[in-house]
Amino acid sequence: MSDLIRASLDHCVKCTICESFCPVSQVTPLFPGPKYAGPQAERYRGIGVSPDSSIDYCSGCGICTTVCPQDVKIAEINSRARAKLWEERGIPLRNQLIARPSVLGRLGNPVAPLANWALHNRAVRSLVQSVIGVHRDAPMPRFAGRTFQKRSRTHAGAADAPAVVYFHGCGTNFYEPILGEMVVAVLEHNGFRVIIPRQDCCGLPLQSNGNFPAARSYVRRLVANLAPYARQGLPIVANSTSCGLMLKREAHEILGMDDEDLKAVSGSMFDLMEFLLGLHDRGELRTDFGSLPLTVPYHAPCQQRGHGIGKPALDLLALVPDLDTIELEVDCCGIAGTYGLKKEKYEISMAVGKRLFDDIRATGSDIAACDSETCRWQIAHGADVSAVHPVELLHRAYGLDTNGSRRAHAGAAGRRERSGS
Amino acid sequence: MSSLEADVLVIGGGSTGAGVARDAALRGFTTILVERRDLVDGTTGRFHGLLHSGGRYAVKDPSAAVECIAENRILRRVAADCLEDTGGLFVATPWDDPDYGDLFVKGCEATGVPAEEIPVAEALRREPRLNAEIRRAFVVPDAALDPWKLVWGCARSAEQHGARILPYHRVLDLEVVDQRVLGALVRDEHSGEEFRIHSKVVVNAAGAWAGQIATLAGCVVNVRAGMGVMIAMNHRIVNSAVNRLKFPADGDILLPLRTACVIGTTDVFVPDPDDTEIGRDAVDLLLDEGEKLVPGFREARALHAWAGVRPLFEDTRDVAETRDVTRSHALLDHMAREGVAGFVTITGGKTTTFRLMAEVAVDAVCRQLGVERRCTTAEEPLPGSESHTLYGLDTRLAAREPVPQSEEIICECELITRSRLEQTIKRRATTNLDDIRRLLRLAMGPCQGGFCIYRATGILHHGDRVDHTEANRALVSFLEERWKGLHPILHGDQLRQARLDDWIFQGILDVEHLPA
Ligand SMILES: Cc1cc2nc3c(=O)[nH]c(=O)nc-3n(C[C@H](O)[C@H](O)[C@H](O)COP(=O)(O)OP(=O)(O)OC[C@H]3O[C@@H](n4cnc5c(N)ncnc54)[C@H](O)[C@@H]3O)c2cc1C
Ligand code: SF4
Ligand code: SF4
Repeated sequence: MSDLIRASLDHCVKCTICESFCPVSQVTPLFPGPKYAGPQAERYRGIGVSPDSSIDYCSGCGICTTVCPQDVKIAEINSRARAKLWEERGIPLRNQLIARPSVLGRLGNPVAPLANWALHNRAVRSLVQSVIGVHRDAPMPRFAGRTFQKRSRTHAGAADAPAVVYFHGCGTNFYEPILGEMVVAVLEHNGFRVIIPRQDCCGLPLQSNGNFPAARSYVRRLVANLAPYARQGLPIVANSTSCGLMLKREAHEILGMDDEDLKAVSGSMFDLMEFLLGLHDRGELRTDFGSLPLTVPYHAPCQQRGHGIGKPALDLLALVPDLDTIELEVDCCGIAGTYGLKKEKYEISMAVGKRLFDDIRATGSDIAACDSETCRWQIAHGADVSAVHPVELLHRAYGLDTNGSRRAHAGAAGRRERSGS
Repeated sequence: MSSLEADVLVIGGGSTGAGVARDAALRGFTTILVERRDLVDGTTGRFHGLLHSGGRYAVKDPSAAVECIAENRILRRVAADCLEDTGGLFVATPWDDPDYGDLFVKGCEATGVPAEEIPVAEALRREPRLNAEIRRAFVVPDAALDPWKLVWGCARSAEQHGARILPYHRVLDLEVVDQRVLGALVRDEHSGEEFRIHSKVVVNAAGAWAGQIATLAGCVVNVRAGMGVMIAMNHRIVNSAVNRLKFPADGDILLPLRTACVIGTTDVFVPDPDDTEIGRDAVDLLLDEGEKLVPGFREARALHAWAGVRPLFEDTRDVAETRDVTRSHALLDHMAREGVAGFVTITGGKTTTFRLMAEVAVDAVCRQLGVERRCTTAEEPLPGSESHTLYGLDTRLAAREPVPQSEEIICECELITRSRLEQTIKRRATTNLDDIRRLLRLAMGPCQGGFCIYRATGILHHGDRVDHTEANRALVSFLEERWKGLHPILHGDQLRQARLDDWIFQGILDVEHLPA
């Protein structure tokens, strides 16, 4: 049968494993849980109008699909049902806005000081909440001013080194360009020449906000830029877990895209940590790490499970002398991309994240590591620590941090903004 | 021995009998209906589920087609809540005689069945999983028919007009004096008590068992039992009723029925309508035919198989194949046929034409009683259908919104809440979980009761009427009954489910050694 996602509902044996893992249904009665919303509810969805608007409360974290022993594509079924719901109802302005990080970035960055002031001003945020529906307390990154694309344009690497293509995503470009520079430095330290093609959003936020057609056109544009490199056999690395996953799998599996460009890109796509650990496995990673006497709780973002790569960051950080990592057991921080920004979902997202925040606080550390940018922003906001990408720790351990300061971080995921500040 | 009195005694609680009881009650006759098991536990509860447009009979049996389309239109008004407007398609696959299409067009024109040809691409747009090799496609006004709602709706309406509906009451004998049927000897199957029902006219609506009943009055009604097998698939592979564009044959209809999708059916004579074992060959045939309509069909999950027996009336005995027997109903006034007064048999037909069958049967009752009373069932909606709104697939899902976790759900597949189950158990006053299944669709979903039936047993026991022995018996007999429909189709996903369910019932609950 052509429709494999829907057909996968046939494999459900009702074991309830997914239900016991879903972070959202455990904290709100508004969402019925993955078994219900996925394989069960799908049997009631015909050709008519969507009967269950509660599907919108699925955050799309994807945990259910990865824990299901029967290979039911639960999160994917949900994602499609949500897209149909919004197709019928019309996607609200808010979801259209927050689903286009590159548009927001292009608007905000040139006027970064003003935009940052506004995004962190109580009065403005209250207004935004009531007019647009973005919760006033939701974590917001800071515009960097100069984008990573602009900053890296003048950067030149060693011409004869083997090349690797860097897909940095919107978060790095507009909010965390310093992180992008660290990625480049770490790759160059390992003897690579880093190619940074022009690139726009991967369309993931549009997909999770139910706008499949717009998401597809973003994917198409992006893979058109990346595919020529993939066809030359060059690896493409992404430091954003979810954007990387989008190109690896979701554009095909959820958006149903089969373009040749996409296939080429998917096959060459690596998560940054996956790529570095691969180097290490082949004995090609430089291990000249200096001591980093820190204890860092590490949270693997939900989407990382979708990559099926384990937790490579933990293995890499274990190579750093005197660095202790604490593997956090809680699955989800609650933000799920743009989910926790929405005024009706902010409380849910904070409730989902509460156990994670508590566990981080209990470690007593004021720094935490996580691969995904939106999760870092949520963790910084919820646990009041500074949240870094694991590559930032590697960067420091390699001694590449020329400032020598502990503030290796790009600034976006600064600690919680106090009200009025 | 106690006794009851009525103008009309109806034997059989399928669509025909329930329709007759309602019609008679609406016409002001005091009426009693007896059914040896539960209502809708005969052929009507084991049929395919199609409200025919008539298209299937347009070539082969034009009078049946005319009846079907007329009744189809009436039932959409008066039994709206029992129907889902799936619409229907007739499609020619590469295996079907390409010349049949033109005969079909002529037949539909002649019988007034609206059939509109659409481009194949349009048919595939509507039903994307259909075989892309289909060559022609027609749209017809088929619908899906819920037999439980229909029969219980008729029964409730009859009760509102003074009728008594007696499930689990078996007719043991008919009382015949001087060529006149005066009533029946009946046994209450729960209490074992036997009593008489005196009536002016007995209507034999015992379906495939009508011959057995007629014998009790010394009459001959030659109904043969044509057994048909159906397989329900786990989800809707198609959203409209898909018929093959060819002479009626085995496995030629794939019908969406609530959350499932049913392929059917087969047709073989069986000597005893109560003996319907499902053979592997029937299952294979149906899956093969499904594969022709929807490539990949065999990989989809089969839920359950069951068999029903067609009451096929023959006046001559030398008919070789059951499909050659007319599908139009047979009304037999035994006064005219054998000189036995007070006895009418209505059999054959289809559920689609049940209302018409009831009408002609009660007309015959009027003639026997020498009264003239007009039939109103074509205008009076059934309880629940007053608004003339057809049932929607999504109804149960939509009802759980906006706070889906607001109530405990007992049967997760069919979305039955605790309160709904408790109310139904109370209202029905039954200890038989299968009775509840028929009313609510309890345990009819993918896990086939694996996760709900022990919960339902607990709830049954929690009420004040059922002690642990009875509750245990209810659980075990439900599981035994369920197994009959499962074992013929066990493979793939459903086999895995059955293994998991088995661990629950054998491993955790040890159902074979429950305290008696
Ligand atoms: C496989 C199959 C598929 C079908 N598909 C369709 C379809 O898609 N659409 C359609 O319109 N029609 C369909 N039909 C035809 C339709 O199902 C039947 O014509 C219809 O259900 C007959 O209803 P009934 O009430 O006459 O018989 P039944 O429903 O069999 O009712 C007769 C009742 O009499 C009871 N009885 C027997 N003996 C006694 C006794 N001694 N005392 C008391 N009660 C007794 C039985 O228990 C039984 O419940 C199908 C039939 C079959 C077999
Ligand atoms: S994707 Fe996440 S939130 Fe949605 S049902 Fe699955 S586990 Fe729950
Ligand atoms: S984990 Fe998979 S098989 Fe188990 S209930 Fe959830 S969807 Fe069904």
